[in-house]
Amino acid sequence: MSQVEVRNVTKRFGRTVALDDVSIAFEDGGFFALLGPSGSGKTTLLRTIAGFHFPESGSIRIGERNVEKVPVEKRDIGMMFQNYALFPNMSVAENVGFGLRVRKVGSAEETRRAREALELVQLGHLGDRRPSQLSGGQRQRVALARAIVTNPKVLLLDEPLSALDKTLRVDMQIELKRIQREVGITTIFVTHDQEEALTLSDRIGILRDGRIVQAGPPREVYNHPVDAFAAGFLGDANWLSDGALAGLTLPADPAGHRFATRPEALAISAAAPAPGMNAVRGQLVQRVFAGAMATCLVEVEGEPWKLIARDRDIPELPGDGAVWLAWAPQDTLVVPA
Amino acid sequence: MSPIALLGRIWLVLILIFLYAPILVMAAMSFNASPFYQLPFEYSSKWYSDMAGNEQIVTAAIRSVLIACAVTAIATAVGTAASVALFRYEFRGKKLLQALLFPPIAIPWLITGTAMLVFFFTIGIGRGTPAVIIGHVALALPYVIVTVTARLSSFDVTLEEAARSMGAGAWTVLRRITLPWIAPGIVAGALFAFAVSFDQFVVSYFLSKPGDSTLPVLIYTAIRKGFTPEINAISTIIIAISMAVMFLAARYSKFGGDR
Repeated sequence: MSQVEVRNVTKRFGRTVALDDVSIAFEDGGFFALLGPSGSGKTTLLRTIAGFHFPESGSIRIGERNVEKVPVEKRDIGMMFQNYALFPNMSVAENVGFGLRVRKVGSAEETRRAREALELVQLGHLGDRRPSQLSGGQRQRVALARAIVTNPKVLLLDEPLSALDKTLRVDMQIELKRIQREVGITTIFVTHDQEEALTLSDRIGILRDGRIVQAGPPREVYNHPVDAFAAGFLGDANWLSDGALAGLTLPADPAGHRFATRPEALAISAAAPAPGMNAVRGQLVQRVFAGAMATCLVEVEGEPWKLIARDRDIPELPGDGAVWLAWAPQDTLVVPA
Repeated sequence: MSPIALLGRIWLVLILIFLYAPILVMAAMSFNASPFYQLPFEYSSKWYSDMAGNEQIVTAAIRSVLIACAVTAIATAVGTAASVALFRYEFRGKKLLQALLFPPIAIPWLITGTAMLVFFFTIGIGRGTPAVIIGHVALALPYVIVTVTARLSSFDVTLEEAARSMGAGAWTVLRRITLPWIAPGIVAGALFAFAVSFDQFVVSYFLSKPGDSTLPVLIYTAIRKGFTPEINAISTIIIAISMAVMFLAARYSKFGGDR
Protein backbone atom coordinates (compact mmCIF):
# COMPACT_ATOMS: atom_id res chain seq x y z
CA MET A 1 0.00 0.00 0.00
CA SER A 2 1.17 3.52 -0.66
CA GLN A 3 2.39 5.45 2.36
CA VAL A 4 0.91 8.81 1.38
CA GLU A 5 -2.13 9.27 -0.79
CA VAL A 6 -3.65 12.50 -2.02
CA ARG A 7 -7.11 12.11 -3.46
CA ASN A 8 -9.08 14.77 -5.40
CA VAL A 9 -7.53 17.62 -3.45
CA THR A 10 -8.50 21.17 -4.38
CA LYS A 11 -6.94 24.19 -2.71
CA ARG A 12 -7.77 27.81 -3.47
CA PHE A 13 -6.13 31.03 -2.35
CA GLY A 14 -8.78 33.65 -2.88
CA ARG A 15 -9.70 33.28 -6.55
CA THR A 16 -6.54 31.44 -7.53
CA VAL A 17 -6.87 27.69 -7.78
CA ALA A 18 -3.51 26.44 -6.49
CA LEU A 19 -4.40 22.74 -6.61
CA ASP A 20 -7.07 21.56 -9.00
CA ASP A 21 -8.48 18.11 -8.18
CA VAL A 22 -5.05 16.56 -7.57
CA SER A 23 -4.75 12.82 -6.99
CA ILE A 24 -1.38 11.17 -6.49
CA ALA A 25 0.02 8.27 -4.47
CA PHE A 26 3.48 8.04 -2.90
CA GLU A 27 4.94 4.56 -2.53
CA ASP A 28 6.28 3.36 0.83
CA GLY A 29 10.03 3.99 0.99
CA GLY A 30 10.06 5.77 -2.36
CA PHE A 31 11.81 8.97 -3.31
CA PHE A 32 9.32 11.12 -5.16
CA ALA A 33 10.18 14.42 -6.84
CA LEU A 34 7.51 17.04 -7.55
CA LEU A 35 8.65 19.07 -10.50
CA GLY A 36 7.15 22.08 -12.19
CA PRO A 37 7.62 25.72 -13.08
CA SER A 38 7.01 28.36 -10.39
CA GLY A 39 3.32 28.77 -9.69
CA SER A 40 2.58 25.21 -10.78
CA GLY A 41 1.39 24.25 -7.30
CA LYS A 42 4.22 21.90 -6.35
CA THR A 43 5.06 23.75 -3.13
CA THR A 44 1.38 24.14 -2.29
CA LEU A 45 0.95 20.37 -2.70
CA LEU A 46 3.89 19.71 -0.38
CA ARG A 47 2.65 22.19 2.22
CA THR A 48 -0.86 20.76 2.00
CA ILE A 49 0.52 17.28 2.69
CA ALA A 50 2.52 18.80 5.58
CA GLY A 51 -0.60 20.46 6.98
CA PHE A 52 0.28 24.14 6.56
CA HIS A 53 -2.67 24.44 4.19
CA PHE A 54 -6.03 22.72 4.49
CA PRO A 55 -7.71 21.66 1.24
CA GLU A 56 -11.24 22.83 0.39
CA SER A 57 -12.09 19.34 -0.78
CA GLY A 58 -10.48 15.94 -1.17
CA SER A 59 -8.63 13.69 1.27
CA ILE A 60 -5.03 13.13 2.33
CA ARG A 61 -3.89 9.90 3.92
CA ILE A 62 -0.53 9.49 5.68
CA GLY A 63 0.10 5.90 6.79
CA GLU A 64 -3.20 4.56 8.09
CA ARG A 65 -4.71 7.90 8.96
CA ASN A 66 -6.76 10.48 7.08
CA VAL A 67 -5.13 13.77 7.98
CA GLU A 68 -6.73 16.43 5.77
CA LYS A 69 -8.17 18.14 8.88
CA VAL A 70 -5.25 17.38 11.24
CA PRO A 71 -2.88 20.30 12.06
CA VAL A 72 0.81 20.09 11.14
CA GLU A 73 2.05 19.23 14.62
CA LYS A 74 -0.11 16.12 14.83
CA ARG A 75 0.70 14.67 11.39
CA ASP A 76 3.97 12.97 12.32
CA ILE A 77 5.99 14.35 9.43
CA GLY A 78 9.58 15.48 9.01
CA MET A 79 10.25 18.55 6.94
CA MET A 80 13.30 20.29 5.57
CA PHE A 81 13.04 23.93 4.55
CA GLN A 82 14.74 25.88 1.81
CA ASN A 83 16.57 28.13 4.30
CA TYR A 84 17.18 25.23 6.77
CA ALA A 85 15.22 27.05 9.55
CA LEU A 86 17.59 25.94 12.31
CA PHE A 87 16.76 27.44 15.71
CA PRO A 88 19.46 30.06 16.38
CA ASN A 89 18.93 29.99 20.14
CA MET A 90 19.71 26.27 20.43
CA SER A 91 22.82 24.19 19.90
CA VAL A 92 23.02 21.69 17.05
CA ALA A 93 22.19 18.81 19.42
CA GLU A 94 19.25 20.74 20.89
CA ASN A 95 17.98 21.50 17.40
CA VAL A 96 18.05 17.82 16.48
CA GLY A 97 16.56 16.81 19.86
CA PHE A 98 13.70 19.33 19.67
CA GLY A 99 11.15 16.97 18.14
CA LEU A 100 12.03 14.30 20.71
CA ARG A 101 11.72 16.77 23.60
CA VAL A 102 8.29 17.82 22.36
CA ARG A 103 7.35 14.12 22.36
CA LYS A 104 8.70 13.80 25.92
CA VAL A 105 10.85 10.72 25.27
CA GLY A 106 13.07 11.40 28.29
CA SER A 107 16.43 13.13 28.31
CA ALA A 108 18.60 9.98 28.09
CA GLU A 109 16.79 8.71 25.01
CA GLU A 110 16.67 12.21 23.53
CA THR A 111 20.45 12.55 23.81
CA ARG A 112 21.05 9.08 22.39
CA ARG A 113 18.75 9.43 19.41
CA ALA A 114 19.88 12.98 18.58
CA ARG A 115 23.45 11.71 18.65
CA GLU A 116 22.58 8.78 16.36
CA ALA A 117 20.87 11.10 13.88
CA LEU A 118 23.87 13.44 13.88
CA GLU A 119 26.20 10.52 13.29
CA LEU A 120 24.04 9.40 10.38
CA VAL A 121 24.69 12.73 8.70
CA GLN A 122 28.36 12.57 9.77
CA LEU A 123 28.19 15.49 12.18
CA GLY A 124 28.46 13.55 15.47
CA HIS A 125 31.30 15.79 16.61
CA LEU A 126 29.49 19.13 16.17
CA GLY A 127 26.59 18.71 18.62
CA ASP A 128 27.73 21.56 20.87
CA ARG A 129 28.07 24.14 18.11
CA ARG A 130 25.57 26.88 17.37
CA PRO A 131 23.94 26.84 13.90
CA SER A 132 25.63 30.18 13.16
CA GLN A 133 29.03 28.46 13.48
CA LEU A 134 28.28 25.92 10.73
CA SER A 135 28.89 26.02 7.00
CA GLY A 136 25.99 25.84 4.54
CA GLY A 137 26.50 22.14 3.88
CA GLN A 138 26.68 21.37 7.59
CA ARG A 139 23.46 23.29 8.30
CA GLN A 140 21.85 21.26 5.57
CA ARG A 141 22.86 18.03 7.29
CA VAL A 142 21.64 19.25 10.68
CA ALA A 143 18.29 20.13 9.11
CA LEU A 144 18.09 16.63 7.64
CA ALA A 145 19.02 14.96 10.94
CA ARG A 146 16.40 17.07 12.70
CA ALA A 147 13.73 16.11 10.17
CA ILE A 148 14.25 12.35 10.47
CA VAL A 149 15.16 11.95 14.16
CA THR A 150 11.55 11.34 15.21
CA ASN A 151 11.07 8.55 12.65
CA PRO A 152 8.29 10.42 10.88
CA LYS A 153 5.95 8.67 8.47
CA VAL A 154 7.05 10.86 5.59
CA LEU A 155 9.94 13.23 4.87
CA LEU A 156 9.01 16.42 3.02
CA LEU A 157 11.74 18.46 1.35
CA ASP A 158 11.04 21.97 0.07
CA GLU A 159 13.81 22.77 -2.43
CA PRO A 160 16.36 21.91 0.25
CA LEU A 161 19.45 22.14 -1.95
CA SER A 162 18.71 25.35 -3.83
CA ALA A 163 20.74 27.52 -1.42
CA LEU A 164 23.96 25.55 -1.96
CA ASP A 165 26.55 26.13 -4.66
CA LYS A 166 26.82 23.57 -7.45
CA THR A 167 29.67 21.36 -6.19
CA LEU A 168 28.23 21.16 -2.70
CA ARG A 169 24.81 20.49 -4.15
CA VAL A 170 25.99 17.39 -6.02
CA ASP A 171 27.69 16.08 -2.84
CA MET A 172 24.51 16.68 -0.86
CA GLN A 173 22.38 14.94 -3.50
CA ILE A 174 24.45 11.79 -3.14
CA GLU A 175 24.39 12.08 0.65
CA LEU A 176 20.64 12.69 0.71
CA LYS A 177 20.03 9.64 -1.46
CA ARG A 178 22.32 7.45 0.73
CA ILE A 179 20.56 8.52 3.93
CA GLN A 180 17.12 8.13 2.42
CA ARG A 181 17.96 4.56 1.36
CA GLU A 182 19.53 3.78 4.73
CA VAL A 183 16.54 5.04 6.70
CA GLY A 184 14.01 3.80 4.16
CA ILE A 185 11.73 6.76 4.72
CA THR A 186 9.09 7.77 2.18
CA THR A 187 10.35 11.05 0.76
CA ILE A 188 8.59 13.78 -1.21
CA PHE A 189 10.83 16.38 -2.71
CA VAL A 190 9.94 19.68 -4.38
CA THR A 191 12.34 21.09 -6.93
CA HIS A 192 12.41 23.16 -10.06
CA ASP A 193 15.75 21.63 -11.05
CA GLN A 194 14.98 18.75 -13.46
CA GLU A 195 18.49 17.32 -13.24
CA GLU A 196 18.17 17.11 -9.47
CA ALA A 197 14.80 15.41 -9.82
CA LEU A 198 16.21 12.82 -12.25
CA THR A 199 19.30 12.16 -10.09
CA LEU A 200 17.52 11.65 -6.80
CA SER A 201 14.09 10.25 -7.35
CA ASP A 202 12.65 6.93 -8.35
CA ARG A 203 9.39 8.57 -9.33
CA ILE A 204 8.61 12.06 -10.48
CA GLY A 205 5.44 14.04 -10.85
CA ILE A 206 5.23 17.01 -13.20
CA LEU A 207 2.82 19.75 -12.22
CA ARG A 208 1.35 22.58 -14.21
CA ASP A 209 -1.34 25.09 -13.22
CA GLY A 210 -2.28 23.10 -10.12
CA ARG A 211 -2.69 19.80 -11.92
CA ILE A 212 -0.51 16.71 -12.20
CA VAL A 213 0.47 16.45 -15.85
CA GLN A 214 2.29 13.13 -15.56
CA ALA A 215 3.66 10.89 -12.82
CA GLY A 216 5.92 7.88 -13.12
CA PRO A 217 9.52 6.66 -13.08
CA PRO A 218 11.91 9.31 -14.51
CA ARG A 219 12.93 7.17 -17.51
CA GLU A 220 9.32 6.49 -18.45
CA VAL A 221 8.36 10.17 -18.18
CA TYR A 222 11.43 11.16 -20.19
CA ASN A 223 10.92 8.60 -22.95
CA HIS A 224 7.12 8.65 -23.05
CA PRO A 225 5.87 12.12 -22.17
CA VAL A 226 2.08 12.35 -22.18
CA ASP A 227 1.93 15.81 -23.70
CA ALA A 228 3.98 18.59 -25.23
CA PHE A 229 4.45 20.31 -21.86
CA ALA A 230 5.88 17.19 -20.18
CA ALA A 231 8.12 16.56 -23.19
CA GLY A 232 9.48 20.10 -23.11
CA PHE A 233 9.73 20.48 -19.35
CA LEU A 234 11.73 17.36 -18.62
CA GLY A 235 14.61 17.58 -21.04
CA ASP A 236 14.65 19.40 -24.38
CA ALA A 237 12.34 18.42 -27.23
CA ASN A 238 12.97 19.10 -30.95
CA TRP A 239 9.56 19.40 -32.57
CA LEU A 240 8.93 18.10 -36.07
CA SER A 241 6.86 20.58 -38.07
CA ASP A 242 4.23 19.13 -40.45
CA GLY A 243 6.40 19.92 -43.47
CA ALA A 244 9.25 17.74 -42.17
CA LEU A 245 7.21 14.54 -41.77
CA ALA A 246 7.40 13.28 -45.35
CA GLY A 247 9.41 10.06 -45.74
CA LEU A 248 9.82 9.45 -41.98
CA THR A 249 8.93 6.23 -40.18
CA LEU A 250 6.49 7.43 -37.51
CA PRO A 251 5.11 5.53 -34.48
CA ALA A 252 1.58 6.94 -34.87
CA ASP A 253 -0.85 8.56 -37.29
CA PRO A 254 0.29 12.12 -38.12
CA ALA A 255 -3.34 13.24 -37.80
CA GLY A 256 -3.90 13.99 -34.11
CA HIS A 257 -0.27 13.56 -33.02
CA ARG A 258 2.87 15.64 -32.71
CA PHE A 259 6.39 14.21 -32.95
CA ALA A 260 9.70 15.20 -31.42
CA THR A 261 13.21 13.97 -30.79
CA ARG A 262 15.63 14.29 -27.84
CA PRO A 263 18.90 16.20 -28.45
CA GLU A 264 21.08 13.19 -27.52
CA ALA A 265 19.22 10.81 -29.90
CA LEU A 266 20.42 12.73 -32.96
CA ALA A 267 23.42 12.23 -35.22
CA ILE A 268 24.64 15.06 -37.44
CA SER A 269 26.35 14.61 -40.81
CA ALA A 270 27.05 16.35 -44.09
CA ALA A 271 25.84 13.43 -46.27
CA ALA A 272 22.46 11.72 -46.25
CA PRO A 273 22.38 8.96 -43.60
CA ALA A 274 21.91 5.22 -44.17
CA PRO A 275 18.42 3.97 -45.12
CA GLY A 276 16.27 2.79 -42.24
CA MET A 277 17.07 5.88 -40.17
CA ASN A 278 14.75 8.86 -39.85
CA ALA A 279 16.46 11.93 -41.17
CA VAL A 280 15.69 15.61 -41.81
CA ARG A 281 17.63 18.36 -43.55
CA GLY A 282 18.63 21.43 -41.58
CA GLN A 283 20.73 24.55 -41.53
CA LEU A 284 23.48 24.66 -38.85
CA VAL A 285 23.16 27.85 -36.82
CA GLN A 286 25.88 27.35 -34.23
CA ARG A 287 28.22 24.72 -32.85
CA VAL A 288 29.09 25.16 -29.16
CA PHE A 289 32.14 23.31 -27.85
CA ALA A 290 32.00 22.39 -24.16
CA GLY A 291 34.94 20.04 -23.54
CA ALA A 292 33.79 16.45 -23.79
CA MET A 293 30.39 17.38 -25.16
CA ALA A 294 29.26 19.72 -27.91
CA THR A 295 25.89 21.29 -28.69
CA CYS A 296 24.73 22.07 -32.23
CA LEU A 297 21.87 24.43 -32.89
CA VAL A 298 20.16 23.62 -36.19
CA GLU A 299 17.12 25.09 -37.91
CA VAL A 300 14.82 22.39 -39.29
CA GLU A 301 11.80 23.52 -41.32
CA GLY A 302 11.49 26.67 -39.19
CA GLU A 303 11.86 24.84 -35.85
CA PRO A 304 14.95 25.39 -33.66
CA TRP A 305 16.57 22.00 -33.01
CA LYS A 306 19.26 21.12 -30.54
CA LEU A 307 21.73 18.25 -30.75
CA ILE A 308 23.99 17.09 -27.96
CA ALA A 309 26.83 14.65 -28.71
CA ARG A 310 30.41 13.86 -27.76
CA ASP A 311 32.48 16.40 -29.60
CA ARG A 312 34.64 13.67 -31.19
CA ASP A 313 31.52 12.00 -32.67
CA ILE A 314 30.65 15.09 -34.66
CA PRO A 315 32.19 14.90 -38.16
CA GLU A 316 33.59 17.70 -40.30
CA LEU A 317 30.61 19.83 -41.37
CA PRO A 318 30.30 21.72 -44.68
CA GLY A 319 30.99 25.44 -44.74
CA ASP A 320 27.51 26.37 -46.02
CA GLY A 321 25.92 24.71 -42.94
CA ALA A 322 23.60 22.36 -44.87
CA VAL A 323 23.42 19.25 -42.67
CA TRP A 324 21.40 16.07 -42.08
CA LEU A 325 20.06 15.11 -38.67
CA ALA A 326 19.31 11.40 -38.22
CA TRP A 327 17.81 9.24 -35.48
CA ALA A 328 16.49 5.73 -35.02
CA PRO A 329 12.70 5.55 -35.68
CA GLN A 330 12.05 4.04 -32.22
CA ASP A 331 13.57 7.19 -30.63
CA THR A 332 10.75 9.37 -31.99
CA LEU A 333 8.65 10.88 -29.19
CA VAL A 334 4.92 11.03 -29.82
CA VAL A 335 2.34 13.13 -27.97
CA PRO A 336 -1.29 13.94 -28.68
CA ALA A 337 -1.63 17.18 -30.65
CA MET B 1 43.35 64.87 13.19
CA SER B 2 41.74 66.91 10.41
CA PRO B 3 40.26 70.33 11.29
CA ILE B 4 36.77 69.01 10.52
CA ALA B 5 37.16 66.06 12.85
CA LEU B 6 38.58 68.32 15.56
CA LEU B 7 35.64 70.67 15.16
CA GLY B 8 33.34 67.67 15.46
CA ARG B 9 34.97 66.63 18.73
CA ILE B 10 34.66 70.12 20.17
CA TRP B 11 31.00 70.27 19.09
CA LEU B 12 30.30 66.93 20.77
CA VAL B 13 31.93 68.09 24.01
CA LEU B 14 29.87 71.29 23.96
CA ILE B 15 26.66 69.31 23.48
CA LEU B 16 27.52 66.98 26.34
CA ILE B 17 28.27 69.98 28.59
CA PHE B 18 24.97 71.54 27.56
CA LEU B 19 23.11 68.33 28.40
CA TYR B 20 24.85 67.27 31.58
CA ALA B 21 26.27 70.40 33.27
CA PRO B 22 23.00 71.31 35.08
CA ILE B 23 22.56 67.73 36.20
CA LEU B 24 26.13 67.48 37.46
CA VAL B 25 25.81 70.77 39.34
CA MET B 26 22.61 69.55 40.95
CA ALA B 27 24.19 66.20 41.85
CA ALA B 28 27.22 67.99 43.31
CA MET B 29 25.04 70.36 45.34
CA SER B 30 23.14 67.44 46.80
CA PHE B 31 26.42 66.56 48.54
CA ASN B 32 27.15 70.15 49.63
CA ALA B 33 26.58 70.94 53.33
CA SER B 34 25.26 74.45 52.73
CA PRO B 35 21.46 74.69 52.30
CA PHE B 36 21.94 77.85 50.21
CA TYR B 37 24.32 76.35 47.67
CA GLN B 38 27.24 78.31 49.05
CA LEU B 39 30.76 77.62 47.96
CA PRO B 40 33.38 76.42 48.86
CA PHE B 41 32.06 72.90 48.52
CA GLU B 42 31.86 71.04 51.78
CA TYR B 43 30.96 67.34 51.55
CA SER B 44 27.96 66.12 53.49
CA SER B 45 25.43 63.32 53.12
CA LYS B 46 23.03 65.24 55.33
CA TRP B 47 20.48 65.82 52.59
CA TYR B 48 20.30 62.14 51.80
CA SER B 49 19.68 61.19 55.42
CA ASP B 50 17.13 64.01 55.70
CA MET B 51 15.44 62.69 52.62
CA ALA B 52 15.39 59.15 53.95
CA GLY B 53 13.77 60.48 57.12
CA ASN B 54 11.16 62.43 55.20
CA GLU B 55 8.13 60.19 55.27
CA GLN B 56 6.38 62.03 52.45
CA ILE B 57 9.29 61.53 50.10
CA VAL B 58 9.75 57.86 51.00
CA THR B 59 6.05 57.09 50.59
CA ALA B 60 5.94 58.88 47.23
CA ALA B 61 9.09 57.06 46.11
CA ILE B 62 7.64 53.67 47.01
CA ARG B 63 4.38 54.58 45.28
CA SER B 64 6.26 55.66 42.16
CA VAL B 65 8.24 52.42 42.03
CA LEU B 66 5.14 50.29 42.58
CA ILE B 67 3.19 52.15 39.90
CA ALA B 68 6.13 51.86 37.50
CA CYS B 69 6.33 48.10 38.15
CA ALA B 70 2.60 47.64 37.56
CA VAL B 71 2.77 49.76 34.40
CA THR B 72 5.80 47.79 33.18
CA ALA B 73 4.07 44.46 33.71
CA ILE B 74 0.81 45.50 32.03
CA ALA B 75 2.33 47.48 29.15
CA THR B 76 4.91 44.79 28.37
CA ALA B 77 2.38 41.96 28.35
CA VAL B 78 -0.24 43.86 26.33
CA GLY B 79 2.33 45.46 24.03
CA THR B 80 4.10 42.17 23.27
CA ALA B 81 0.82 40.43 22.53
CA ALA B 82 -0.19 43.31 20.26
CA SER B 83 3.15 43.19 18.42
CA VAL B 84 2.92 39.45 17.84
CA ALA B 85 -0.66 39.83 16.58
CA LEU B 86 0.31 42.69 14.25
CA PHE B 87 3.21 40.61 12.98
CA ARG B 88 1.30 37.39 12.48
CA TYR B 89 -2.14 38.32 11.20
CA GLU B 90 -3.40 40.25 8.24
CA PHE B 91 -6.66 42.05 8.86
CA ARG B 92 -8.61 44.98 7.56
CA GLY B 93 -7.34 48.32 8.89
CA LYS B 94 -4.02 46.91 10.12
CA LYS B 95 -1.98 49.63 8.43
CA LEU B 96 -4.18 52.33 9.93
CA LEU B 97 -3.93 50.77 13.37
CA GLN B 98 -0.14 50.65 13.13
CA ALA B 99 -0.01 54.27 12.00
CA LEU B 100 -2.23 55.31 14.91
CA LEU B 101 0.28 53.87 17.39
CA PHE B 102 2.79 56.65 16.75
CA PRO B 103 0.94 59.98 17.29
CA PRO B 104 0.53 59.41 21.08
CA ILE B 105 4.33 59.68 21.32
CA ALA B 106 4.20 63.07 19.62
CA ILE B 107 1.10 64.56 21.29
CA PRO B 108 2.09 66.92 24.14
CA TRP B 109 1.62 65.23 27.49
CA LEU B 110 -0.29 68.26 28.71
CA ILE B 111 -2.98 67.57 26.11
CA THR B 112 -2.92 63.82 26.73
CA GLY B 113 -3.18 64.44 30.49
CA THR B 114 -6.13 66.81 30.12
CA ALA B 115 -7.90 64.44 27.77
CA MET B 116 -7.37 61.51 30.12
CA LEU B 117 -8.62 63.47 33.12
CA VAL B 118 -11.80 64.43 31.29
CA PHE B 119 -12.24 60.90 30.00
CA PHE B 120 -11.70 59.22 33.37
CA PHE B 121 -14.18 61.56 35.04
CA THR B 122 -16.72 60.92 32.30
CA ILE B 123 -16.53 57.15 32.66
CA GLY B 124 -16.38 57.30 36.44
CA ILE B 125 -12.85 56.20 37.25
CA GLY B 126 -11.90 59.68 38.43
CA ARG B 127 -8.51 60.53 39.85
CA GLY B 128 -6.29 58.20 41.83
CA THR B 129 -3.73 55.44 41.48
CA PRO B 130 -5.80 53.25 39.06
CA ALA B 131 -6.21 56.25 36.75
CA VAL B 132 -2.47 56.98 36.98
CA ILE B 133 -1.62 53.37 36.10
CA ILE B 134 -4.02 53.27 33.14
CA GLY B 135 -2.69 56.63 31.92
CA HIS B 136 0.93 55.49 32.17
CA VAL B 137 0.16 52.20 30.40
CA ALA B 138 -1.36 54.18 27.52
CA LEU B 139 1.80 56.30 27.31
CA ALA B 140 4.17 53.33 27.57
CA LEU B 141 2.39 50.97 25.15
CA PRO B 142 3.68 52.52 21.90
CA TYR B 143 7.26 52.24 23.17
CA VAL B 144 6.84 48.54 23.93
CA ILE B 145 5.14 47.85 20.60
CA VAL B 146 7.81 49.72 18.67
CA THR B 147 10.74 47.90 20.29
CA VAL B 148 9.14 44.44 20.13
CA THR B 149 7.99 44.97 16.54
CA ALA B 150 11.49 46.06 15.55
CA ARG B 151 12.85 42.80 16.92
CA LEU B 152 10.05 40.74 15.34
CA SER B 153 10.73 42.19 11.90
CA SER B 154 13.95 40.14 11.79
CA PHE B 155 12.16 36.95 12.89
CA ASP B 156 12.00 34.12 10.37
CA VAL B 157 8.52 32.58 10.43
CA THR B 158 9.78 29.34 8.93
CA LEU B 159 11.32 28.71 12.39
CA GLU B 160 7.77 28.43 13.70
CA GLU B 161 6.79 26.20 10.80
CA ALA B 162 9.83 24.00 11.42
CA ALA B 163 8.94 23.67 15.11
CA ARG B 164 5.35 22.76 14.25
CA SER B 165 6.50 20.18 11.70
CA MET B 166 8.44 18.56 14.56
CA GLY B 167 5.29 18.23 16.62
CA ALA B 168 5.30 21.41 18.72
CA GLY B 169 1.89 22.95 19.48
CA ALA B 170 1.15 26.69 19.40
CA TRP B 171 2.10 27.26 23.06
CA THR B 172 5.40 25.38 22.80
CA VAL B 173 6.29 27.24 19.61
CA LEU B 174 5.62 30.59 21.30
CA ARG B 175 7.56 29.69 24.44
CA ARG B 176 10.52 27.89 22.89
CA ILE B 177 10.98 29.62 19.53
CA THR B 178 9.22 32.98 19.21
CA LEU B 179 9.65 34.45 22.71
CA PRO B 180 13.36 33.61 23.01
CA TRP B 181 13.93 35.41 19.73
CA ILE B 182 12.05 38.58 20.71
CA ALA B 183 13.20 38.51 24.38
CA PRO B 184 15.76 41.33 23.94
CA GLY B 185 13.03 43.48 22.40
CA ILE B 186 10.65 42.67 25.27
CA VAL B 187 13.30 43.55 27.87
CA ALA B 188 14.08 46.82 26.11
CA GLY B 189 10.36 47.61 25.85
CA ALA B 190 9.87 46.83 29.55
CA LEU B 191 12.72 49.14 30.53
CA PHE B 192 11.29 51.92 28.37
CA ALA B 193 7.88 51.37 29.96
CA PHE B 194 9.42 51.59 33.44
CA ALA B 195 11.26 54.78 32.56
CA VAL B 196 8.19 56.39 30.96
CA SER B 197 6.14 55.70 34.08
CA PHE B 198 8.80 56.49 36.68
CA ASP B 199 9.73 59.83 35.09
CA GLN B 200 6.21 60.84 34.19
CA PHE B 201 5.10 64.13 35.68
CA VAL B 202 2.37 65.78 33.64
CA VAL B 203 -0.06 62.89 33.37
CA SER B 204 0.61 61.85 36.98
CA TYR B 205 -0.02 65.43 38.14
CA PHE B 206 -3.37 65.52 36.37
CA LEU B 207 -4.52 62.08 37.43
CA SER B 208 -3.21 61.54 40.97
CA LYS B 209 -5.28 62.50 44.01
CA PRO B 210 -3.82 65.26 46.23
CA GLY B 211 -1.77 63.66 49.01
CA ASP B 212 -1.48 60.54 46.93
CA SER B 213 1.18 61.81 44.57
CA THR B 214 4.09 60.13 42.81
CA LEU B 215 7.66 61.26 43.33
CA PRO B 216 7.90 63.70 40.38
CA VAL B 217 4.62 65.31 41.47
CA LEU B 218 5.84 65.56 45.05
CA ILE B 219 9.08 67.19 43.90
CA TYR B 220 7.14 69.76 41.90
CA THR B 221 4.92 70.58 44.88
CA ALA B 222 7.96 70.81 47.17
CA ILE B 223 9.73 73.21 44.84
CA ARG B 224 6.74 75.51 44.82
CA LYS B 225 6.92 75.68 48.63
CA GLY B 226 10.65 76.30 48.70
CA PHE B 227 13.69 74.68 47.26
CA THR B 228 15.76 72.49 49.60
CA PRO B 229 18.83 70.38 48.83
CA GLU B 230 16.74 67.35 49.80
CA ILE B 231 15.11 67.76 46.42
CA ASN B 232 18.57 67.70 44.84
CA ALA B 233 19.24 64.44 46.62
CA ILE B 234 16.06 62.70 45.48
CA SER B 235 16.44 64.14 41.97
CA THR B 236 19.96 62.79 41.78
CA ILE B 237 18.71 59.33 42.73
CA ILE B 238 15.91 59.50 40.15
CA ILE B 239 18.37 60.52 37.45
CA ALA B 240 20.72 57.70 38.39
CA ILE B 241 17.89 55.15 38.18
CA SER B 242 16.54 56.55 34.90
CA MET B 243 19.92 56.58 33.26
CA ALA B 244 20.69 53.05 34.41
CA VAL B 245 17.36 51.89 32.95
CA MET B 246 18.00 53.69 29.67
CA PHE B 247 21.50 52.28 29.39
CA LEU B 248 20.08 48.78 29.85
CA ALA B 249 17.34 49.43 27.31
CA ALA B 250 19.83 50.72 24.76
CA ARG B 251 22.05 47.72 25.35
CA TYR B 252 19.22 45.24 24.83
CA SER B 253 17.64 46.93 21.86
CA LYS B 254 20.95 47.42 20.10
CA PHE B 255 23.07 44.42 20.93
CA GLY B 256 20.26 41.94 21.41
CA GLY B 257 21.15 39.78 18.39
CA ASP B 258 22.68 36.32 18.46
CA ARG B 259 24.87 36.12 21.47
